[in-house]
Amino acid sequence: MDWLFFGEISLAGLAMGGLYALIGLGFVIIYKATRVINFAIGEIMMFAAYLFLTFAGGMEMSPWVALPLAVLGGSVLGGVIEKVMIRPMLGESPIAVVMVTIGIASILVGLVEMIWGADPQLLPGFLPRKPVFIGEMYLAPKIAYGFLIGAALLIVYLLYFRFSRGGVALRATASDQAAAYSMGINVRRVFNLAWVFGSLAASLAGVLVAATGGLSPQFGAIGLSVLVVVIVGGLDSIVGALVAGVFIGWLETVAGAYLGGEYRMPATFAVLAVILVLRPYGLFGTHEIERV
Amino acid sequence: MRIGDAKQSYEADEAIWSSSTQKIWFAFFLLALAAFPFMADAYLLYMGCLVGIAVISTTGLNILTGFTGLISLGQAGFMGVGGYTVAWLSMNTALPFPVTLVLAGLLAAAVGILVGLPSLRVKGLYLAIATLAASVFLHFIFAEWESVTGGMGGMSLEPAHLFGLTFQTDFQMYFIIVPLAVLMVFAAKNVFRTRTGRAFIAIRDRDISAEILGINLLRYKLMSFALSSFYAGVAGGLFAYFYRVVTPESFPLSMSIFYLAAVIVGGMGNLLGGILGAAFMTLIPELLGMLTTALTPYYPNAPVFMSPMLGIIFGALIVGFLIYEPHGLAEIWHRIRRFFSLWPFKN
Amino acid sequence: MSSILEINNLSLSFGGVKALQDVSFRVPENTVTTVIGPNGAGKTSLFNCISGFYKPQQGTIRYQGNVLADIKPPARAAMGLARTFQNIALFRGMTVLDNIKLGAHVHMKSGLLGSLAYFGAARREEMAVRKHVEQHIIDFLEIDHIRRQPVASLSYGLQKRVELARALAMRPKVLMLDEPVAGMNREEKEDMARFILDIREQWGVTVLMVEHDMGMVMDISDHIAVLNFGQVIAEGLPAEVQNNPQVIEAYLGTSDMDSLRKKLNPEREVA
Repeated sequence: MDWLFFGEISLAGLAMGGLYALIGLGFVIIYKATRVINFAIGEIMMFAAYLFLTFAGGMEMSPWVALPLAVLGGSVLGGVIEKVMIRPMLGESPIAVVMVTIGIASILVGLVEMIWGADPQLLPGFLPRKPVFIGEMYLAPKIAYGFLIGAALLIVYLLYFRFSRGGVALRATASDQAAAYSMGINVRRVFNLAWVFGSLAASLAGVLVAATGGLSPQFGAIGLSVLVVVIVGGLDSIVGALVAGVFIGWLETVAGAYLGGEYRMPATFAVLAVILVLRPYGLFGTHEIERV
Repeated sequence: MRIGDAKQSYEADEAIWSSSTQKIWFAFFLLALAAFPFMADAYLLYMGCLVGIAVISTTGLNILTGFTGLISLGQAGFMGVGGYTVAWLSMNTALPFPVTLVLAGLLAAAVGILVGLPSLRVKGLYLAIATLAASVFLHFIFAEWESVTGGMGGMSLEPAHLFGLTFQTDFQMYFIIVPLAVLMVFAAKNVFRTRTGRAFIAIRDRDISAEILGINLLRYKLMSFALSSFYAGVAGGLFAYFYRVVTPESFPLSMSIFYLAAVIVGGMGNLLGGILGAAFMTLIPELLGMLTTALTPYYPNAPVFMSPMLGIIFGALIVGFLIYEPHGLAEIWHRIRRFFSLWPFKN
Repeated sequence: MSSILEINNLSLSFGGVKALQDVSFRVPENTVTTVIGPNGAGKTSLFNCISGFYKPQQGTIRYQGNVLADIKPPARAAMGLARTFQNIALFRGMTVLDNIKLGAHVHMKSGLLGSLAYFGAARREEMAVRKHVEQHIIDFLEIDHIRRQPVASLSYGLQKRVELARALAMRPKVLMLDEPVAGMNREEKEDMARFILDIREQWGVTVLMVEHDMGMVMDISDHIAVLNFGQVIAEGLPAEVQNNPQVIEAYLGTSDMDSLRKKLNPEREVA
C-alpha cells in the first residue's frame, strides 16, 4: 500500500471536502432560516463562476477584484431569487417551493448556456502556482490555496453567526419565526439575508471549484454531491455540513483515484443509500417531532 | 346549458360522466381521435404520436406528484428503463408489443420500488433526491453496460409487431399509442374512484391523519411510485418503438424537468390537467423550432440558442405557473367551461 | 362494567419535560368518558400515546384486555380505535363524501389492480361503502346537503361534523374526540352533544373525550378523569369529580365569590 500516494490523495480530498463543506454551509443557512430545500444551489455557484470568467477573463480585471465581484454577483442573484420567486410562495406547500427551485435551476442552466456557450471553459489562473508540500506529500497549489480561502470564509461565517446580532437573528428566526417576529426581528429581511449569505458561501466555493476543475453549463451537477452532503450531515446542521462535506469530498476523491473517475458519483450514492437506511435525518440533523 | 341534475342511484352519482350530454361529447371526442390519422398530414400525425406518449408519462407522474404529493426527478430515467427493455426484447426475442410494453412497465416499476424503499420510509423530500441520484445512476448504466445496452451508441429496434402485423409508420404507431393512452388515463381515473386513489390524496394532504385512518404510508407511497414508474416505463417503451432507436442521451435529465413542468402547467392532481399539460409542453419545442427557423435569416446563430432557450422556458413555466396559477391549465379550462355553461346568465 | 381501555402507570417525557407522570385510569365500555384539565396538562399527549404516535417511556395501555405495545397507528385503526383532532385534520383536496369514505379505508379490500380495473369487485365494494355511509352516517349527522362540497369551503362547525363522520366510518369501538365542540356556538354544541349521546346509544361505541366546556362535560359524561400537570388527580362520576376539592382548586373553581376575594386579599375584611 503506497501510503504516500494515499496521503496525497487524502489531502486533496480533504481540501476538496473543505469546499464542499462551504457549499453545504450555504445550503444549510438557507434551509435553517427559511426551510427551503434549494435545488438550485449548484446553479448559483455556476453563475458566480461564470461571472468570474467574464470579469477576470473577458474584461481582464485583476483576479483579486474579479473574485469579490463574482461572489457579490452570486449573492445578489440569491437575494433576487428569494425576493422574486421564493417570497411569493410563502405559505405554500414545501413541495411547491422545491419545484420552484428546480425550475430556477433549469432557467439558470439555459441562461448560462445562452450567454457563455455550451463549451467547457478554463478560468484564468489566480492562485499561486508554487507546489505545496506537507511533509513529503504533494498537494496541488490550486487545491491548497482554494481550500485556504474557503476555510477563511468558513471561519468568518462561524464567528459571525455565533457572535453578531445578525447571526443571532438568523438563528432565532430559524427556530421560531413567530416568536422572532414578535421580538421585533424583521423576518422578511432575515429570509432575504439568509439567501444572500447562503449564496455568498456557495458562490465563493463555486469560483474555487471551477478554478480547480473547469467550468461548463453542467457544472451545477455538483449540486447533487452537495445534496448528499447535507443529507448525511443533517439538513439543518452547520456542524453536519462541515463534517459531511469534508468526508464526502475526501471519499469522492479517493474513489476517483483508486477506482476510476466514473466511480466518484456511485461512491457518493452508496453513502446516500446507507445514510437513508440507517440515519435518514443525517448524522447531526434534528428529527422533527410533529405536533399532532 | 346545464342547470341541475339529480341522480337516481349511487351508481349514477359515482360515474365519470354526469349527464348524457357529456357522454355524447366524449363519444365524439373518441371518434375524432380515431378519424384524426386519416385526415392529418405527416407532421400532425407525428405530433399526435408524441403527444400520446407524453400523455401517458405525464399521467404517471401526475399520479405520483399531483395526487400523492411526492416529487420525482427520475421520470426520464424510468422511461429509459422501459425504452431499453423494449429495445432489448425486440432485438433478442420475438415477443409481440403488448408483452414487451407490459414487461417494460413492470421492470420500471421494480426499479421504482428499489429506489423508493429507502427514501420513502422517511417523510420529506428524500424521494426527489433519491430519484435524481437514480437518474444519474441509470444514465451511467445505460452508457457503460455495453453488452446489454449497446453503450454510448445505443440500440436500434425491430418494429413493434402483433399477430404478424408490423407497426412501422407513424400512422400505424398512432393506433398503438393513442388507444393505449386512452386506456391508461381511464385506468388512472378508476384508481381515484376507489380507496387506493383516496389513500394517495390523503397522503398528500395530511399524512398523519391518513395513518390514523389506517393507511400504511410506506405501502401506499411505494404503490404510487411503482404505478407512476410503470406508466413511465410504458411511455419509454413506446418512445423506443416510435423512434426505433435508443441511446443514453434519449432520456436526459431535462426530460424529467419537461415532465415535471407538464404536470405543473397542466394542473397538479387533475387528470385532465395531465393531458393538457402534456399536449402544451409537447407543442412548446415545436413552436420554438418554428420561431427559430423564422429568425435564422436575421440571426444565423439562432439554432444554437434553441436548446438552452427550451431550458429557460421550461423553468420559467414551472416557476410562473406555481406562483400565479397553481391549478394549471385545467383551472383555466374549467373557468372557460363554467362561463359557457352558465351563458347567457353572465354570472 | 368492564373497561375497554385501561391506562396503567403511563409516563411520557420529551427531553426534560414530563408530559405524563404515572397516569392511570379506566375507560368503562359503552360510556362517555371525558378527560378534563387545564391546558398543558397532557391530555393531547395522552391521546397521542393511545393513537400510537408517541411511545411512553413507562406504563402500558390495554385495549380490550390486550396490551398495545409496538403497534403502529394504522394497525390500531384496524383494531377499532378512531380519533378526531383538535385542529381539523380533514383532507382539503377532497369532498365531504370522499373524506368520509376514507374513514372506511381500513375495512375495504380492493388493491391496486382491482382499482385500476374498477368494474367488478372494486366497484361493488365502492357501492356498498357508499350505501353504508349514506344510510348510517350522512343521514345520522345531517350532512346530506353538503356531501359533494369540498371540505375547504365548509364552516368550522360543519367541518368538525365531517371529521366526526369520518371517524364513524371507521366502525370504531372506541372513538377519541379531541375537543369536539371547541369554537362552536351554542346550537352547534347542543347538536354535537346529541350526536355523541346517539353514537353511544345506537352504535354501542365507547366515547373518550377531551373537552373544556364544563356544562357539556357534566351533562353527558358517565365517567371523568382529571389531569393536571401530567398526573391524574381525580377519577369517577361527574358529581364526585365536581365536588372534589383538589379538582376545584386546580381547575374548576367555585362560584363562591367570597372565598375568591378572601384568597386575593387575605388581610382585608370584606364588608
